[in-house]
Amino acid sequence: MSGIVTPTQAALSPGFVEPVLDAQAAFRATLAALSHPGRIEELTLRLNPPAGVDAATAAACLTLLDGDTPVWLAPHAAADGAAAWIAFHTGAPVVSVAGKAAFAVMLDAASLPALEDFDWGSDEEPQRGATLIVQVPDLNAQGGWSLRGPGIATRAVLRIDGLPDSFLAARRAMSGAFPRGLDILFASGARLAALPRTTILEA
Amino acid sequence: MESIDARKSWLAVLARAERATLEAAVIGLSPRPSWRVVKPAESGLAMVRGRAGGTGQQFNIGEMSVARCVVQVEGGAVGVGYVAGRDKRKAELVAVLDALLQDGPFAERLRRDLVAPLAQGQEAARQRVLSKAAATKVDFFTMVRGS
Amino acid sequence: MYVAVKGGERAIANAHAWLAESRRGDPAIPELSVAQIREQQKLAVDRVMTEGSLYDPDLAALALKQACGDQVEAIFLLRAYRTTLPRFGATLPIDTSAMTVRRRVSAVFKDIPGGQILGSTFDYTHRLLDFALMAEGEPAPAPVAAPAEEARVPGVIDVLNRENIIEVERPASGDPAPPDLTREPLRFPAPRAMRLQNLARGDEGFVLAMGYATQRGYGRTHPFAGEIRHGTVAVEMVPPELGFAVDIGDIELTECQMVNQFAGSKSEPPQFTRGYGVSFGHGERKAMGMALVDRALRAEELGEATDAPPNDIEFVLYHSDNVEAQGFVQHLKLPHYVDFQSELNVVRAMRRDAEAARQAALKEAAE
Repeated sequence: MSGIVTPTQAALSPGFVEPVLDAQAAFRATLAALSHPGRIEELTLRLNPPAGVDAATAAACLTLLDGDTPVWLAPHAAADGAAAWIAFHTGAPVVSVAGKAAFAVMLDAASLPALEDFDWGSDEEPQRGATLIVQVPDLNAQGGWSLRGPGIATRAVLRIDGLPDSFLAARRAMSGAFPRGLDILFASGARLAALPRTTILEA
Repeated sequence: MESIDARKSWLAVLARAERATLEAAVIGLSPRPSWRVVKPAESGLAMVRGRAGGTGQQFNIGEMSVARCVVQVEGGAVGVGYVAGRDKRKAELVAVLDALLQDGPFAERLRRDLVAPLAQGQEAARQRVLSKAAATKVDFFTMVRGS
Repeated sequence: MYVAVKGGERAIANAHAWLAESRRGDPAIPELSVAQIREQQKLAVDRVMTEGSLYDPDLAALALKQACGDQVEAIFLLRAYRTTLPRFGATLPIDTSAMTVRRRVSAVFKDIPGGQILGSTFDYTHRLLDFALMAEGEPAPAPVAAPAEEARVPGVIDVLNRENIIEVERPASGDPAPPDLTREPLRFPAPRAMRLQNLARGDEGFVLAMGYATQRGYGRTHPFAGEIRHGTVAVEMVPPELGFAVDIGDIELTECQMVNQFAGSKSEPPQFTRGYGVSFGHGERKAMGMALVDRALRAEELGEATDAPPNDIEFVLYHSDNVEAQGFVQHLKLPHYVDFQSELNVVRAMRRDAEAARQAALKEAAE
């Protein structure tokens, strides 16, 4: 089931320059983003991912994916060199059904599938709920949704550009299923923000 | 390009070689080859699988340490090194040699002067073990009772 | 309930410093190198690899040095170390019939193709202390003989099972990847693949005792050592970068095939069934114990009585792991001050009540 990847030129552009240190730094940033929902983290590492993949998207993939994490790549991501690059450097098995993936990578936020398409885990094993890595045109700490929940002192504000209009309602509906649900990382350029399933979205 | 079988057989030989031998082989080449690291050498694990009864259903025995590296030599060939143990430099050297053995000016020479003698040495070492084992072979005979 | 206790850092640091000094022993005696442990305490290294569930002789030797020779502590160190490493994948199932055999004996078939090969073994030694080892000196080289032409040594059982009277081990339908205890929790009823993984990393003493119990009548399985073999096997895996299997080197293994009498069931004719054991390096006792317990745990599947401890899957699998076991036992050393305080209050109150009741009874009797 593991996707066999023939190294192509795109795949052969290197991953992390310093695999251990860079992965640690990216993990730190991801952890900070997830534990302070809405906070925008800036990555400082050097990375040259293939065209169409932002540095933060690439760093999140290299940090979180490995041979034990089935990944679903949105069709547009699967089409170009991005898929080969991600599969080559992470060794993650690529699955064709979104609901079978532990991670999902979307380079085009506008075509984000319905949240119900992914695995939300079960009440018994909520940790099996998938993590989405969604690349968006921009992230802003002003003029967006109001967030509250664990990791937020009072309120946080996050504006995420490029998501489909249906996202807000779908994400708010998901809160009712807690502890089941999805954790979502948003990547833009070298920046990263997160909406873990614990966060409550207000308009 | 070489066939997969040929590549598999030199990778098996290189994986069992001493790092110093591989280092000397690469350093001994003129002009010295250069390469780009595609996937930096790292050490990690592989889960060793076995089969119940040796031939039955699969199960996990335990892990082993493995080092790996992927390089691309000047001229284009991509080499892959996966070796038992934690020696990252050895994984890189195996990757470099794997790339050089696929085509290019050094392929023939490396096959003759490095891979062939290494394979011979490894087979000789295996025969030494088998010959010690052979010296401990017994022929049991059952005593006839009551005679 | 554990209560965080502050303080004691200096005492702890000093205790660790003393441990380091104790580990070294008398500095007038030359220090032991990791390579010496690897080469000269090999069977200790092999056990640490097997139960530490990581094949790496250098690291196992290092762990033994660090643990002052304490096996379970060394196993714990190796288990902890492996959690820091990425996993590149799984190997193809090893082919033990292609083993470079150093030892191979069968207690059920006398004349086996390739012969009975004793290898290097403690069997047939007199278990008398060899005082010559107190003096230094190199042993004479082991004798050699011409090896058999045919290098491949197929399993005795598979070759000699002509009547089909011994159960044949076949891959499960579709040959699926096995469950992995290091990635998912134990679940019951645990399938055989999960049980075998648990036993392979299980404590040798526990597994041996459970196997021994089956021989003494607790879950009788009437075992015979069908074949025991030890040697090196090539390990192959499929790097995602290549897409085809490559040989990454050899590992040393011990394998035990146990053959057990079986009276038959509604669906199966009387025959011999099998138990399987394997260990990293040279670990016959462990592999044999594992094979006995593997078979004992199949009792339910084979429709046999399951009333003895070695047949109880949950009991065996939950208590086989020495890292877990030592952790839970040794955690009793941690401060339980509040726990104990509350129990003290409970016991004092119970005693007060009992005393009051006694006094009341005395008074009643007096009146």
